[in-house]
Amino acid sequence: MTDHASILDERLMLSPSVSLRPEPFGALAYHFGNRRLTFLKRPELVEVVSALDGRRTVREVLEGCGIPEGQWSAYDATIERLRGADMLQVATLAAVSG
Amino acid sequence: MAERPTGGTLIQQFEYGLDAPICLTWELTYACNLSCAHCLSSSGKRDPRELTTAQAEAVIDELQAMKVFYVNIGGGEPTIRPDFWHLLDYAVEHQVGVKFSTNGSQITPERAARIAATDYVDVQVSLDGATAEVNDPLRGVGSYATAIRALDNLFEAGFKDAKVSVVVTRQNVHQLDDFKRIASERGATLRLTRLRPSGRGVDVWDEMHPTAEQQRDLYNWLLREGEKVLTGDSFFHLAAFGEPLPGLNLCGAGRVVCLIDPIGDVYACPFAIHDRFKAGNILDDGGFATVWRESELFTELRSPQSGGACTSCSAFDACRGGCLAAKFFTGLPLDGPDPECVKGHSDLALMDPDRLAPAASQDHSRGSVHKPVSACDENPLSGLTFIPLEALSASR
Repeated sequence: MTDHASILDERLMLSPSVSLRPEPFGALAYHFGNRRLTFLKRPELVEVVSALDGRRTVREVLEGCGIPEGQWSAYDATIERLRGADMLQVATLAAVSG
Repeated sequence: MAERPTGGTLIQQFEYGLDAPICLTWELTYACNLSCAHCLSSSGKRDPRELTTAQAEAVIDELQAMKVFYVNIGGGEPTIRPDFWHLLDYAVEHQVGVKFSTNGSQITPERAARIAATDYVDVQVSLDGATAEVNDPLRGVGSYATAIRALDNLFEAGFKDAKVSVVVTRQNVHQLDDFKRIASERGATLRLTRLRPSGRGVDVWDEMHPTAEQQRDLYNWLLREGEKVLTGDSFFHLAAFGEPLPGLNLCGAGRVVCLIDPIGDVYACPFAIHDRFKAGNILDDGGFATVWRESELFTELRSPQSGGACTSCSAFDACRGGCLAAKFFTGLPLDGPDPECVKGHSDLALMDPDRLAPAASQDHSRGSVHKPVSACDENPLSGLTFIPLEALSASR
């Protein structure tokens, strides 16, 4: 397994500095810290991102949202980019239990 | 209302509008200690109907509920309002980030330290010349020094990444590299915007808007430096030269952009303060969310722009006919070319002796307003200012 695929095994959650706003096409995500605005263009992606709770792995969330396994690599890349922009973070114990 | 397509590009989605604006400007007051020649909002005197502190707080509450993540606060000079710093704190406490525009007159070292200590606040200092000789004739004597001092104070207080906001004009377009240096020396970012013939800008637009040749220079400069400067998507009409510029290249008026003025009137964009583009009032029409989501004007704007006279132009997909406000205030048809159409398609219409620019629907100017010094101004005093030689040669 490559490093690239391993993000599916991580427990991610929305960064505490990020706010999601639903829109007809999907959602806007705004990061108050770095003032970056990101557009989530597919409702399915919004569902996945909203479901990332830091308790389940990305893989479990994708399964839970009914995303066909054939599409996981695309989600993998997108989620990696969202983490790179600090929109998503690896969950810390305190954040999850809080 | 036009039917929103599913899928497609983000820009296609934006054409149909959003549940809340992305880029909301809120002019807090029409009062200003300066009288800039090209002021978009014809500011000067305070409007006695200005929103009270409680009404302004209610606006912030509503923005929070709508998840308007940040608001651009301007004026007039917003820091003149006695409750400005309170409203700033109130917004931040309510998860509404603020970027405010100022001429710098109130940014003392103490204020700068306070701003630097507050998260979610961004500051934009206006400067329209990289030298006092170019800046002060437009913005007032001493305004260059004031702006530089404000930027210095912010930098020394440890504020990171202030914005230096420049309206690109015939007089300053040769100074773009200097502006960039002024910003970077102070850890700031340059922000360039287009001169609109809005507010008092309508009186000086003929003398101040960049020439056709300067537009090309500006376009080339933006292609070269565009990733490192901000433009507020200002120059999408230049995309007709060939390459798209960084940004959305879309007129966002009433779709992703709007303006709340000091008395609560809502306009389609900051450059369109005129009854024709007024969607409603937040006090009279059920609040900002209602105006944004339901007003007749915004509903009308949320459909793909019709090309009109531009449909047959090869560049229409790139520039989409340009800026609505620029067309309106120069008396051009809204579905035709931009007055600064780089293909020259508006040249004939601009020369039409019967062309009628609309009368202003409001003016808050105080008595004396600065005027740009024109190269052909015959008054030997000309406000006792100098325009550098390069500026004159570039404008001819």
